[in-house]
Parts: sequence; structure tokens; C-alpha cells
Amino acid sequence: MNNADKFVLVHEELALNPALPDTSLELENGEEKQQTIESWASITWRRFKKDKMALGSLWFLLAVILVAILAPVLSPYDPVKTVGDFGAAPSAEFLLGTDDVGRDNLSRLIYGSRVSMIVGIGSVIIYTIIGITLGLLSGFFGGWVDSIIMRISEVFMAYPRFMIILVIVSLIGPNMWTVMFVMGLMGWPPLCRLVRGEVLKIKTLDYVSSAVVTGYTPSTIVFQHILPNALSPILVNFTFGIALAVLTEASLSFLGLGVQPPASSWGNMLTAAQSLNILTNEPWRWIPPGLCILFTVLAINFLGDGLNDAIGSDAK
Amino acid sequence: MTEQNMNRKPILEVTNLCKIFNAKTASEVRAIDNISFTIYEGETFGLVGESGSGKSTTGRTIIKLEEPTSGQVMYKGKDITKIKGREELLNFRKSMQMIFQDPFASLNPRIPVKKILGDAIRLHGMAKTDAEVTELIFKLMDTVGINRSYVNRYPGEFSGGQCQRIGIARALCVQPDFIIADECLSALDVSIQAQIVNLMIQLRKQRNMTYLFIAHDLAMVKYISDRIGVMKDGKLLELAEAEELYNCPLHPYTFSLLSASPVTDLILERKRKRVDYDVNTHKYPADVKAELFEVGPGHFVYCSEAERAGYEAKYKEKHAAK
Amino acid sequence: MDTILSIKDLTISFQTLDGKVAAVRGVNLDLKRGETLAIVGESGSGKSVSVKAINRILPKRNTIYEKGEIIYENRNLLALSETEMEDVRGKKIAMIFQDPMTSLNPTMKVGNQIAESVLVKEKIPKAEAWKKAVELLGLVGIRNPEASANCYPHQFSGGMRQRVMIALSLACKPDILIADEPTTALDVTIQAQILDLIEELKVKLGTSVIFITHDLGVVAHVADRVAVMYAGRIVEVGTAEEIFYNPQHPYTWGLICSMPSMNTDTNQLYSIPGAPPNSLKVIKGDAFAPRNRYALAIDFEEEPPYFKVSETHYAATWLLHPSAPKVELPAEIKRRHKIFADMVAKKEWGND
Repeated sequence: MNNADKFVLVHEELALNPALPDTSLELENGEEKQQTIESWASITWRRFKKDKMALGSLWFLLAVILVAILAPVLSPYDPVKTVGDFGAAPSAEFLLGTDDVGRDNLSRLIYGSRVSMIVGIGSVIIYTIIGITLGLLSGFFGGWVDSIIMRISEVFMAYPRFMIILVIVSLIGPNMWTVMFVMGLMGWPPLCRLVRGEVLKIKTLDYVSSAVVTGYTPSTIVFQHILPNALSPILVNFTFGIALAVLTEASLSFLGLGVQPPASSWGNMLTAAQSLNILTNEPWRWIPPGLCILFTVLAINFLGDGLNDAIGSDAK
Repeated sequence: MTEQNMNRKPILEVTNLCKIFNAKTASEVRAIDNISFTIYEGETFGLVGESGSGKSTTGRTIIKLEEPTSGQVMYKGKDITKIKGREELLNFRKSMQMIFQDPFASLNPRIPVKKILGDAIRLHGMAKTDAEVTELIFKLMDTVGINRSYVNRYPGEFSGGQCQRIGIARALCVQPDFIIADECLSALDVSIQAQIVNLMIQLRKQRNMTYLFIAHDLAMVKYISDRIGVMKDGKLLELAEAEELYNCPLHPYTFSLLSASPVTDLILERKRKRVDYDVNTHKYPADVKAELFEVGPGHFVYCSEAERAGYEAKYKEKHAAK
Repeated sequence: MDTILSIKDLTISFQTLDGKVAAVRGVNLDLKRGETLAIVGESGSGKSVSVKAINRILPKRNTIYEKGEIIYENRNLLALSETEMEDVRGKKIAMIFQDPMTSLNPTMKVGNQIAESVLVKEKIPKAEAWKKAVELLGLVGIRNPEASANCYPHQFSGGMRQRVMIALSLACKPDILIADEPTTALDVTIQAQILDLIEELKVKLGTSVIFITHDLGVVAHVADRVAVMYAGRIVEVGTAEEIFYNPQHPYTWGLICSMPSMNTDTNQLYSIPGAPPNSLKVIKGDAFAPRNRYALAIDFEEEPPYFKVSETHYAATWLLHPSAPKVELPAEIKRRHKIFADMVAKKEWGND
């Protein structure tokens, strides 16, 4: 470029007529020329995919669920029958060894995933539905609806939850389904209060006002404008809830009120391996179920984080 | 503008409007304290005041985001508190829209532009088929100067100015007759403010809309408004045409407000003398009735009957000087 | 006037998840003793980052000081150790912010907070420090300072809180006061009071002030000298008179013209189109070029150097190059240039 070209006005007309509106410069250089409209779900999925950790976790959890569903097909042995030596170490025959009455650990682990998944996810789904519904009602409508729901939740929270679960389970009779329902029905108050708080906060934001002004119905405002923005704490609660449910189930099993042996769960496999002897000498008894719980809980957490970023506006 | 005054048609009439939060409790706040004014079709009415003056609450009450405690708001001859049923409400929403203060907070971060605009279009039946909706969205984006390719973006990916443009596009979806702009510039940078103001003025011309422009920046309000009301502590203290109010402020509060706003001219700014205002000026004992009196043609001042003559004399004196 | 603080070629970037963000791109600035220097610019222009670097209060986690030095008392502040820095920060160079609550301890009486600051500088009995705190509160115009000293920050209104903040920052008798948008959150009448207060204290205590703002009206009120920042760079610097009446950079023109004055009477406000550049991208040429209606071809190729307009006035725009073509200025700028010409002719304003 020679000197004469360098000092040439790029927008000569604009530069010589300062009163002229500069609409030609107004639009930013449109670098993208994409014009198709993508659905909300596909955008979320596209963003979610970018998070490798979350994607991996999703596959892992799907695998666990698949294993739970296909347990009868995948298990090499019947999990409740004595099929080998007592407390045998892992071998080609029993990949993860056997327990103290000679049951195949691998099969028990596979069947245990059923319990963990059903109790963990099931109970959390139940209380999440209850908690979100009541929390939304409470926060959005306020007034006496709010008062009643809050008082009820306080009653629930005032009693030690574990005790009540124990009492109810022992009254109805311990099995996986009772544990799931009881935990589901007992677990909602913290989530309900969390949702209510979020709703109260979001209700004052301008975008809710603008939704009102646009003319959305109250239910659309609640479900499209308030709930999605309250989702991140709910998701976090959800993930921790599953972890907690898995652990609660294990505790109940330990007390003899959860999943009853000979049926297996990761929880009662762990509790059955609590003696010092087993801990030191038979690590195959407790490491696999421990790892199963650890990885499942971790995966759920990563999944929650990934989803949160994908739904959120902050993700790029 | 005075010559137009004669055949102006009112679009919004506010009469003795009050809004009291936490009424009859210790924390009672009289956000709006008995104010009355009329906005005429096609004009831009500016409402100026400092934080807590009740100017935003006034806007929110007019557009039915808040219920008035007492008083009346007539929009196109109908009382807005008497709107019943979804259809009537939708008609009202279609006619009156709002642009909000914080461009980021006024857009749902979880909804992309396409849906923000598309929903408003569908709700009010502005377009039927998906193709028509899409076309209208693109048209609106062109109108407010947002690149069409951003249609799938979420609000978080835009700058403040762009978000405000989308907010304006959303308000325009329904082709409203009346727009309330609540501090819609205060969160934006100076150069962006000018863009948005230009856009608003251009739209007003094209679509013959009426604006209620709520702000604290006096220079901007004066620039965009035909008439201006000054609010303080929930009361409307002075109301006059924009030029008139700036050249001939009568209420001491207006005077103080004008004297406090910095100007971008060094000599003027250094000469500017700030006049402090005593808030007790507009607080009258219970037995003294104070209201908005017309002390000159189209110029209203909040005062007591006794002070009225004084303001009238002041008005005449200032106008005689010209 | 001697220079008390000198920023040389300051370049700062932030490491973010999206990549490296160039926040400050080679800032040179001198602060003279006893003057008020206003740095004006839009959000993201790097004005706040530049001054936070002086006190080194940028987040350590992701701030990269690429280049440059900040010279104060013959030492480069950027090279000081954290302990050495503690003797400077808040004591010699104090700062006030837009939101005073971020710097006030909500659980401590304001009197105690100020007294504590007083004790840092002077070894005096506690009761005396308290007395000084009350004095300071009186100095910043708080009514009934004895009672106010016993109050907690939340008991004050926004404007009063900012006064408390100023009292707190003055407790150590700093050489330099950095005010980062201190009045942005305040109402105009309160803003006017705070501006007058800072001005008054500056004269009374001989403090040098760096005032950050985006509001040219505020600049006109407080500034002796003005630096205009855009996209991490100072595009124009000069005395207040020079910036307001003889602006040379198109961005400064835009800033001045896009604010309506009380007597603007056109139906189109002069605006700067577009938005500031994405700081993630490497800027080629003049950062302002894409928004500049006066852009030259060279603006897109080469970053303009500083052209000297006067001893005190520099602007980074190719329009000042001898080969640059003549352009038609906005009406408001023409009016201002004329005022400046008159000022110079009348020698109303000399070069000081």
C-alpha cells in the first residue's frame, strides 16, 4: 500500500456528512451466515456434548442403568445362591470372588445396581416432584398457600428423618419398594424450601415482569420462565439426593431394615464387609461395591454440572 | 408543540393514583402518593426523579405489574383495573409494552432470541405459520439492528446494548401503541445510549407510538420528551413541556435537580452552582391541602393554595424576562 | 508540577476459560502532584483495570502483567513484594469504589474502622484515634459525627456511605486517592455533593486524585487533566480544556456528541455505531476503526502512534498525520473547536 492509498477515507460519504445517520456501520460484521433455527433441546445437547466429563458420566450412568435392567442376562450366577467356596479370592471362575456364604460377588454387584438405581433415582424423583410442585406453589402464590406448605414442611423437618423412615419401614415391612417410597415421601421439605427461595428471588427479576407484560399465562411463566432458572440448585440437590439415597439405603440395610439378604444391594454388600478381617484380607468384598457407589455418585455430579452449563446462558 | 395542544387526544389518564406497599404496617411505603397526569396520543412523556421517587412504580402500575392501592388509570378510555378475562388482558398487553432497565435481567437467560420473540408473536397471533413467524422475527431483528445470524443465541451471549435492542424488539412484536421505557438507558454505555435513543425516536416516528420515558438523566429526558413530570417521594412536583421545564423551573426541587446534573461543557460545568433542596418544602401539614396547580398554560406545580399565587407570579416574571 | 506516579507501557491481560483477554494494551500516564486526572471510557475499556493495577488488587489467580511498570517514589510497584505493597496500598494510595459496602466491614462500627486506619499511620492512644475518626466523619460532611461513628455501615444511606468510605480512605492521609466510579450508583443531587466533597478535600489535604468515570459531565466537574481510554489503550490525553474544546480523536468526538446537552436540538443524536471490540480477538490496526466513520484505510492496518497536539495534548489517530485527508467534523465539535480558538486567541488559558 502506498502512502496515498493509506490515507483514504473508508466511509467517505459519512466522514464528509457528520449529520448522516451511520446505519451502514450499525450492524456488526455478520461473520456467521447460519439462518436455520435450532430447537432448544438440540442446542442444549450440542452444548452438553462439549463437556467431555459430563458426556462420559452420562454414558457411564446409562451403562449402569443398562446393567441394572439386564442383570439376569449379565450375571454369571444366581446372586442369592451359594455357588462356590466361602470367601474365595477372585479367580477366572469368580471374577470378583465370593462372599462369606459362597455367593458370587460379581452377580451380587450386578443385581445390587438395580437396588441402588431404583432406590436412589426412584426416591429422589418422588421427592423432587413433590418438592418442586409445593415449592413452586408456595413461592409463586405466596399468602396462605405459602404459610400452609411451609408449616407442613417444618413439621416434617422437625422430626429426625431417619427415625421416621425406620419406624415406617419396620411397620410396613422392609423391602426395596418400601424404602424407596418412604424415602421419597419424607425427603421433599429441604428441596421445597430451596425451590421456594429461588422462586421468590426470580419472581422479582425483570424477565419475569417482562413475561407478564408479554402476556404469558401464569403457568407458562412458572414453567418456562421461573422453573428453568431455578433448575441449577435443583439439579445439584438432585445429584446429592441420589448419593444420599444410596447411602441411606445402605444404612437401612445395615440395620436390617433395608434390602434383606439374601437379596443384594451395594449398601448391604458394603455393610456385610465391615469386619476388620474382611477389610484387610478380602478387599474384593468391599472395593468393588465401594467403587461402584463412588463412581456412580461422581458421574451423577458431573452430569449435573454439565447439564447446568448446557442449559445455562453462561456456557459458550 | 403548544399549537398541537388544542386537539390532542388523551391516551392515558392517571387520576389520584396511590400505591402503598406494606400498608398499615410499620414499614409502610407510600411509593406513589396521589398523582394525576394525562398522556396524549403520539407524545413522549418523560418522568424524572431520583431513586425511590416512585417513578418506576408508576410505570409498573400503569402496565398492570402492580395493583394500585387507590385511584384510577384510564387507558384508551377504559379503566385498567377493570380488565377481566384473558382475552381483554391480552388486548391490553398487545397495546401497551415495556422496555426494562437492566438489559441482562430483562431477558430470560434460558430462552434464545428466537423463542423470546417467537412466543410474543404467537401469543398475540401476529403471525400464524412457522415460516411467517420466522420471517417476522427476522424483520424485527433488522428493525432493531441485530444481526439475523444471532437468532439462536441466548441473551448471555449479547452485550448490554444488544440485549436492550432485543428487549425493544420483544416490545415491538405486538405492534403496541404505547411503550413504557423504564430507565432503559441507565445500564448502557454513553455511546450505546445514543444508539438506543436514536432507535427509539426513529421507531416513534415510523409507528406513531406514545412513550412514557422514565429516567433520572435529565439531559436525555429533555432530549427525547415532549412533556416532563418531576417526581419526588411519590409526588408529582412539577409538570410542563420539556423546554419550558428546563428554561423556567418553578418548583425548588426541579431547580435543585437541574442545578445538580453535570453538563459536558467545561465552562458551563465550572460555572454551575448547585442549589440544595430542603425536602420539607413539599411536605405540608395535614390541614393544608396541596395539589398540582396550573400556574401557567400547561405548567403545573405541586403547592398549597396559599403558595399558588407566588408561583404564578414567578411564572409571569420569568416569561416576561424573555 | 512534579510527577508523583508514572505508568509506563502497562499491559495487562486476563487468562479466562475462553482464552486470553487483553484488558490493558500499553498505557502511559503520569499523575502530577495535586492534580485531578480523570480517566474516561466505556465499560471494558480497561480504565478500572489500569488503576486497580496501581494498588495491585486485581485477582491474582488469572491476571498477567505482561509488560510495563508503575513508578511511585522511585520504585516499580509491580515489582514490590506483597509485604512491601501492604505499606503502599490503602496507606499511600487509597481507593474508593462504586459500591462502598465492598470496602466497609458490615459488622464493625464505622468509627472503629476509621480509627483502625488512623492507627496504622500514627501510633496514638485508641481514644485519640477515635477522636480523629469523628473528626474525619465531620470533615466529609456527616452530620452529628459523634453519633454516626457509633453506627454500622448499613445504617447509612448510599450517599452517606460513600462519605464514610471517603473518610476511611483519607484516614491514612494518602498521597494519591483513586476514585473508581464513586458516584455512578448515586442520585444526581447526591453525586453533586460527593464530587464537591472530593474536590474540597483535594484542595484541603493536597491529595492527588485519579478519577475513573464514564460520565463526561462528571469529568468536566472534577478534572484538571483527562485521559480517554478505548479498548485498553489511551486514545487521547490532554488538559480538560483541550479534551473538551479541542478534541482530536474521533472516539472523543463521539463521546462528546452522543450525550445530549441541555440545548441539543437535533432529531438524531450523534452516535458511535456498533459495539466495542471483542477483547478475546487480537486487534489489528486501530481498535476503534470498525466503529469509526472517519476511518482511514491505514486504520485497519497499523495502530496509530501518539501525535502531539500541544505540550500537554496527545491523540492516537491517523487523522493527525500530515497526509490525512480533511474531514467534516460534527457540528458540536466544530462549535467547540471555535471556542478553543477563541480561548487561545484571548490567552484566557495559557499553557501551564
